[in-house]
Amino acid sequence: MDDVTTSEPLIVLESVNKWFGPLHVLDNVSLSVGRGEVVVVIGPSGSGKSTLCRTINRLEPITSGSITFDGQPLPAEGRALAKLRSEVGMVFQSFNLFAHKTILENVTLGPIKVRREKPAAARERGLALLDRVGIANQADKFPAQLSGGQQQRVAIARALAMQPKAMLFDEPTSALDPEMVGEVLDVMTSLAGEGMTMVVVTHEMGFARHAANRVVFMADGQLVEDAPPTEFFANPRSERARDFLSKILTH
Amino acid sequence: MHVFTDPKNFDAYLSGFLWILKLTGASAVLALLLGVLLAAMRVSPVPVLRGVGAAWVNIFRNTPLTLIVLFCYFGLYSTLGLNLADSLDLNNYWLGVVGLSAYTAAFVCEAVRSGVNTVPAGQAEAARAIGLTFTQTLRIVILPQATRSVVAPFGSILIALCKNATIVGTIGVIEASSVMKDLLNENGDAVIPIFLVFAGTFAALLIPTGYLFGWLANRLAVKR
Repeated sequence: MDDVTTSEPLIVLESVNKWFGPLHVLDNVSLSVGRGEVVVVIGPSGSGKSTLCRTINRLEPITSGSITFDGQPLPAEGRALAKLRSEVGMVFQSFNLFAHKTILENVTLGPIKVRREKPAAARERGLALLDRVGIANQADKFPAQLSGGQQQRVAIARALAMQPKAMLFDEPTSALDPEMVGEVLDVMTSLAGEGMTMVVVTHEMGFARHAANRVVFMADGQLVEDAPPTEFFANPRSERARDFLSKILTH
Repeated sequence: MHVFTDPKNFDAYLSGFLWILKLTGASAVLALLLGVLLAAMRVSPVPVLRGVGAAWVNIFRNTPLTLIVLFCYFGLYSTLGLNLADSLDLNNYWLGVVGLSAYTAAFVCEAVRSGVNTVPAGQAEAARAIGLTFTQTLRIVILPQATRSVVAPFGSILIALCKNATIVGTIGVIEASSVMKDLLNENGDAVIPIFLVFAGTFAALLIPTGYLFGWLANRLAVKR
């Protein structure tokens, strides 16, 4: 892991604050994610972990503080922001596949419309990505015809089609039936194994244990702990983390 | 039925409905394009565009179509000298199309805008997350889904447009209702049959249109 920590980090959040009206959802959060690092963010609901994830590609603007990606501060808006987003893949809890486009079109839309790739080349790579996530035989179907697990794997392929420098996962398995969680986590685990930089908000402690380089624990908008998974799960330092773990690990 | 066996009257009847179809066809295309554009303006983050879109809808949706069509003739043509075609007939036709399109676009805009509300917010977020710009998000992801969810209201708007086309008779286009008025004047003994034939022809054109749009609405609906 030394090789990831020595190079310049890819994502840096410094003293980030975010208010939703009177609600302080991110309270002075600082976090850096190295290249190739997998950071899993856990915490009780309402702790601000999804908001944290969404600030990294500025789907949520922040109130104060700074966020840099690959050495550059996040652009405020316009084409520069669109370009940044094209370099950061995002996977949502509710999949959000384009409902009026086929599976293959979902995967090729970004490369064709954003990167101006030739449709034939984008198609070829799209099919290869769908094959990789195990959905190639469904390429001409529409999202509503697929199961949740299949849709989420397509969503991962759609993000990967942009050849992103990092991937954000915002509770990717929370909307899935239990038997479909595994197939999505398998894809994520293999992605982590290939050195993709990932920020994963999840309740899947198993994934945190075996795939994360670091676990970040959030509560009440604050980043409470930041430790390697073995250390975090064996010896949580804060009372909040011990309390949280005792509630989820006893069942 | 002796009125319609006279070839002169029958030709007038056919030509009257041909004008209705031409007015409806051209106005439908223009109103659809303009209405979608206005809807895009009304949901845009640019205050000036939103203002223009809102003003358009408020002005044209709340002004009687007769006034709008008369303004096209007396205002745009007589006063401002807007000439859209060489022949007088065609010029009146195009002035009518301008009025009908401007008016109907307001209704198309509001239908599309209500369609935008049926598209889940996640669709726009996913579009932005892969790097589409605001305009691309609207054009490629939001508006196609929004318009497909309002096909049935589009049918009602088209039916209203076709009937509204009779108002263009007030500026000299000899469309169906003008022909009917002439025939009534000349054939006082056959008022009811003449009414029934003209009303029946509108119904024969528009009832299938309603069913067609109902069928299209089902076929084009975005499955979620």
